[in-house]
Amino acid sequence: MSVLVFIDQAEGIIKKSSFEVASYAAQTAKILNTTAEAIVLGKVQGTLSSLGNFGISKVHTIEDANLNHFDAQVYAKVIADATEKSGAQVVVFSNNTTGKAIAPRLSVRLKAGLVSGAVALPDTSNNFVVKKSVFSGKAFAHVSIKTAIKIIALNPNAFNIVKEDGAAEIIPFSTTVPNSRIEVTATNKITGDVPLGEADIVVSGGRGLKGPENWNLVTDLAQALGAATACSRPVSDIHWRPHHEHVGQTGLAIAPNLYIAIGISGAIQHLAGVNRSKTIVVINKDPEAPFFKAADYGIVGDAFEVVPRITDAIKKLKGIS
Amino acid sequence: MKILICISKTPDTTAKIGFADNNTKFATDGVQWIINPYDEWYALVRAIELKEADPSTTIHLINVGGADSEPIIRKALALGGDEAIRINSESSDSFFVASQIAQVAKEGNYDLIFTGKETIDYNGSSIGGMIAEILDLPFISHAIKLDIDSSNALIAREIEGGEETDKINLPLVVSCQKGMAEQRIPNMKGIMGARTKPLKVIEPSSTEEYTSIVSFDLPPAKAGVKLVSPENPEELVRLLNEEAKSI
Ligand SMILES: Cc1cc2nc3c(=O)[nH]c(=O)nc-3n(C[C@H](O)[C@H](O)[C@H](O)COP(=O)(O)OP(=O)(O)OC[C@H]3O[C@@H](n4cnc5c(N)ncnc54)[C@H](O)[C@@H]3O)c2cc1C
Repeated sequence: MSVLVFIDQAEGIIKKSSFEVASYAAQTAKILNTTAEAIVLGKVQGTLSSLGNFGISKVHTIEDANLNHFDAQVYAKVIADATEKSGAQVVVFSNNTTGKAIAPRLSVRLKAGLVSGAVALPDTSNNFVVKKSVFSGKAFAHVSIKTAIKIIALNPNAFNIVKEDGAAEIIPFSTTVPNSRIEVTATNKITGDVPLGEADIVVSGGRGLKGPENWNLVTDLAQALGAATACSRPVSDIHWRPHHEHVGQTGLAIAPNLYIAIGISGAIQHLAGVNRSKTIVVINKDPEAPFFKAADYGIVGDAFEVVPRITDAIKKLKGIS
Repeated sequence: MKILICISKTPDTTAKIGFADNNTKFATDGVQWIINPYDEWYALVRAIELKEADPSTTIHLINVGGADSEPIIRKALALGGDEAIRINSESSDSFFVASQIAQVAKEGNYDLIFTGKETIDYNGSSIGGMIAEILDLPFISHAIKLDIDSSNALIAREIEGGEETDKINLPLVVSCQKGMAEQRIPNMKGIMGARTKPLKVIEPSSTEEYTSIVSFDLPPAKAGVKLVSPENPEELVRLLNEEAKSI
């Protein structure tokens, strides 16, 4: 018996969402009086024993040429084998694009119920119940998993990392790895930027910014804060900004520590994707903009005048000149 | 080519979210129902475009739902579906829903099975991957572009931290999102024609469920906004730093 967590690595770098799931798995293991183990697929760079600092006791690694490109079918097969071998009772993923592709396949393979979009540790006081985000962040559901093995996909930025001291033992794992039926013809990684789904701070712009030529208001502020950038749906529809920046009910749902909305009215569909943010700041010249009702801090004013002064004040605070 | 599209009924995006029966059920009073936007705007419309390019293509719709799903099925037929199957069940368990669809798909010899990337009510993103695993097919999630080249699909998809283009032999399962196509409005001819298109109702082929919803709740309300004067935006930075401790 154990809790097994899938550690997603992008080019050998372990991401923040992976530390969150490692920590979540370790805390779940404590509830179940067992240990947390991790599985890492493909070529690993750097050291994995530091996963011990997040409460992981063992790391199963498997290198195989067939694992260097991501194919959910191949990954699910290998993770299913590792689950069986380690006797895991709970398997944890990040609910990111990778986790969303693998977890459902694993659910079928292991006949294991899946809750995706989890936002809290399982409640084991009465069966095994996981709280998840539903209605695009407008509500939560408590879902009972009825199967022997349980799979949880944790929303990014929903769980606070708990650090402890420890070193994980690395255990090479072997199993047959099938060939992928997917031929990857090109990859285009967006490097350098903070991935939107994992960002601590997000600065977002709406139609109030009037045109793409004014986006330096958003990007300068984001840069001063080390933040990711986002936008409202019409802004991406009219191609002022790329599609992957679209947040809301029909875009990406995010939950940063701080969300700063500039020139966004705060339509219900926009709020749905951002209302799990811890602190919301709204800058809008219309005092009646619905976004103010969902905000923690607000400025009723012209973004073109206010935002550059905020950016300057942040630079001053951080000692950037 | 035969395309199967999984369509789900969801509350309109402006619907008030509330719960009934001791917070165990979604309160449906006054709620307008729509086709899940990802299923409609991206999966269905891309299939219609493929049919426009190759008229031998047929578009088959499938929905797991009660009789109250029929208006949204008729709307999908009006947009351009050729025929539909409704599997008569209200289950909210992803595995149950995926098993029903996979059972139908097994017999239908579809070249492509499309889902939306998620539903906007349950936000599960699980049905496509589960169907693919049950049928032992490849699964491309988060597709943003799809073309067909004889027996292959050429797909651009979102991956963690970027994009990737793939070539895969048909058949396969694809979950669709923004970029695949643009929303369309059904025309009068489509709406009239939809009334007579076949909509078959069948009963579920199994009853196994892996999960069940115990209850719902709403997030706590915000305390209210603290307004800072536009004359003194520096004060906002101070509050974020000292009070909210978020920068
Ligand atoms: C089914 C459906 C799904 C949808 N999904 C999404 C979604 O996922 N995400 C999303 O964002 N939207 C979504 N929408 C669209 C949503 O309803 C709104 O239309 C959209 O969010 C509005 O974008 P906006 O706030 O940028 O633009 P607007 O509504 O035009 O608002 C612009 C705001 O800028 C302010 N402004 C103007 N000039 C200035 C200035 N100089 N300084 C400061 N403020 C200024 C204005 O007061 C106004 O409040 C969806 C709609 C539907 C029907």
